Amino acid sequence: MKNLTIPEEELMLPGHTACLGCGATLAMRYALKALGKNTIVTIPACCWAVIPGVYPARTLEVPLLYTAFEVTGAAISGIKNALEATGNDDINVLGFAGDGGTADIGIQSLSGAVERGENVFYIMYDNEAYMNTGVQRSSSTPKGAWTTTTQVGKVRDWKKEKKKNMVEIMVAHNIPYAATASIAFPEDLIKKLEKGKNIKGPKFYHIYATCPTGWRISPSKTVEIARLAVESKVFPLYEVDHGVYNITYMPKKNVSVKEYMLPQGRFRHLTEDEIKEIQSEVDKDWNLLLEKEKWTQSLNKVQ
Amino acid sequence: MKKMLTGNYASAYGAKVSKVKVVSAYPITPQTTIVEKIAEFIANGEFDGKYIRVESEHSAMASCIAAENTGVRTFTATSSHGLALMHEMLHWASGARLPIVMSVVNRSLGPPWSIWSDQQDTISQRDTGWMQIYTENNQEVLDSIIMAYRIAENEIVMLPAMVIEDAFILSHTMEPVDIPDQADVDEFLPDYNPKFKLDVSEPMGFGSLIMPEGPFMEFKYKGHESMNNALKIIDETDILFKKKFGRSYGGTVETYKLDNAKYALVMMGSTASTGKEVVDKMRDEGYEVGLLRIRSFRPFPKDKLRNYLSNMKSIGVFDRSYTFGYGGAVFSEVRNTMYGKNIPIKGYIGGLGGRDVTMNLIEKIFLDVVNMSEKGQDKDYEWVGLNGDKRWSQ
Ligand SMILES: Cc1ncc(C[n+]2csc(CCOP(=O)(O)OP(=O)(O)O)c2C)c(N)n1
Ligand code: SF4
Repeated sequence: MKNLTIPEEELMLPGHTACLGCGATLAMRYALKALGKNTIVTIPACCWAVIPGVYPARTLEVPLLYTAFEVTGAAISGIKNALEATGNDDINVLGFAGDGGTADIGIQSLSGAVERGENVFYIMYDNEAYMNTGVQRSSSTPKGAWTTTTQVGKVRDWKKEKKKNMVEIMVAHNIPYAATASIAFPEDLIKKLEKGKNIKGPKFYHIYATCPTGWRISPSKTVEIARLAVESKVFPLYEVDHGVYNITYMPKKNVSVKEYMLPQGRFRHLTEDEIKEIQSEVDKDWNLLLEKEKWTQSLNKVQ
Repeated sequence: MKKMLTGNYASAYGAKVSKVKVVSAYPITPQTTIVEKIAEFIANGEFDGKYIRVESEHSAMASCIAAENTGVRTFTATSSHGLALMHEMLHWASGARLPIVMSVVNRSLGPPWSIWSDQQDTISQRDTGWMQIYTENNQEVLDSIIMAYRIAENEIVMLPAMVIEDAFILSHTMEPVDIPDQADVDEFLPDYNPKFKLDVSEPMGFGSLIMPEGPFMEFKYKGHESMNNALKIIDETDILFKKKFGRSYGGTVETYKLDNAKYALVMMGSTASTGKEVVDKMRDEGYEVGLLRIRSFRPFPKDKLRNYLSNMKSIGVFDRSYTFGYGGAVFSEVRNTMYGKNIPIKGYIGGLGGRDVTMNLIEKIFLDVVNMSEKGQDKDYEWVGLNGDKRWSQ
């Protein structure tokens, strides 16, 4: 008999309306497996506002509040406070928003909720652009990417700015727990959410969610690309538990940024030199992360 | 218990005795003393609810929506730019059929910056699906909040409500106010127990995508029907309130010396109390004038208005708000309502940005209305009380 490392219970039923190979569906499926039935979810405008299905169909077996694009932080606060006001303190409240709804238009309400220390879960599923409205740039779109608002064209107007680091922004709020996770590493993802159940206050998760449609890749490559992102250190897996950094997966293969980018149509236009520049930024960020881990862990020991 | 209270404190007491479970609010002049008073109740352990100190009015409304959807009574308060910032979520609250009650302190919208009273902020939210109750004094503010919860939570209404008071004239002016006994309020306003809510033991979805074939349009039609239902419920609630607490405000409409009047002025908010003084004075001088105060701008009490105003010789409508390029909103509604009656109706726009609406000005308006029935109507509407305008000098 083999040991199951992923809970069997399915709270996301078949019949969703996402594209083939959508990574965001896996993010939700694993998140609900981790949090379980005793969870209320709220979703703003994003792909996931459509994925559960058209009224009256609904693929999620948990109470679900759809809400406006920029209010996820406020919505989870409202639900949680209403529950606390009626003595229902043990229900998980989860905000599940895209990168645009989190890092751009919704950053204010998220910042408010985290600063107030609301006892909630927040997941930013990151497909690295505004996908619901047709692949427009977000502040979480990586440097180098084509989107419909950062087109290559004649003057090579692809996105020149680096991706916003939401985990660091959360850390700057003194959040009790923030972590990255990936749909290619479900055990790690689930473990981090389960850990959050025992932490009072806001918990923030940045989940890498491959988008075949927006990234111009084959739907069969969803998990493969997500794995390459972690192995190439483009998307490291780590957590920040009360200020202490902990890398939860050490890349084993020596995968280059080029190997990560090559299968993706959104990076097709990049020259060798441009990829090299991005590689050096990824290396720098990775080294910084290693240093943060070493430093915060040593500080923690001193105390 | 009688106390000297500002309109804002009356509002805070209204929320308190209505046993609100979640308050979520963001400060803006002249609303601030409402949220400060509630913070004082909380700090003194007098308020059994949660208070979310949100980072914006948009989030205030969004979190009230989420909390109300979780099945509890919520309250917020705002004004002017704060209300404008909420606009998106105001539609969400009414579309989701959530009986949230909000105090709004009427204040003008910049630029230029002005913190003083006019009704531009609330009138601009006319089509958001919220009931709008305009009050005239501080007692009415408190009483209207209690009534608003009962009206909004009525099964055939289930729509949010604004209880509106004028900046400073009410919000920061003390008047003796009777704070009803908690036991009486509890009898009048039972606990909020919605049929549908976010509940892990019975998972439901709220607000999902709907295709053009339906039932989007049907949902909106139901909202429209419910708003019409509210007309009756507002009037009935006023009668029940009188039975319990001995005070009445006329429900959707209040009239003053209108029964045997030939000339009427229609007003909303606290300017109506100045209007009543003018009616008294002019009655003494032999003019057959009366006043109609619209309390409920949404739902709009068109049948009552038609009934009360049909015997008038001429009618004036005072708007403390504007729409560039046309007459005021109240004027438009009243004239629509009176369509086919062949009564001259003229709109007067004034009192913007807190400009004083004096007895002198209102008297001039009344005289214009009286003249109109004999000499004919010169204009559809006009702005009154502009600096340098001798005809309408205050
Ligand atoms: C206030 C507001 N502005 C714009 C939109 C249009 N809109 C809906 S979803 C969306 C993009 C969502 O992007 P993201 O949060 O990254 O989620 P994704 O669709 O990529 O999953 C936009 C711009 C909206 N619904 N509301
Ligand atoms: S566009 Fe991307 S994120 Fe959206 S449903 Fe399709 S694959 Fe999923």
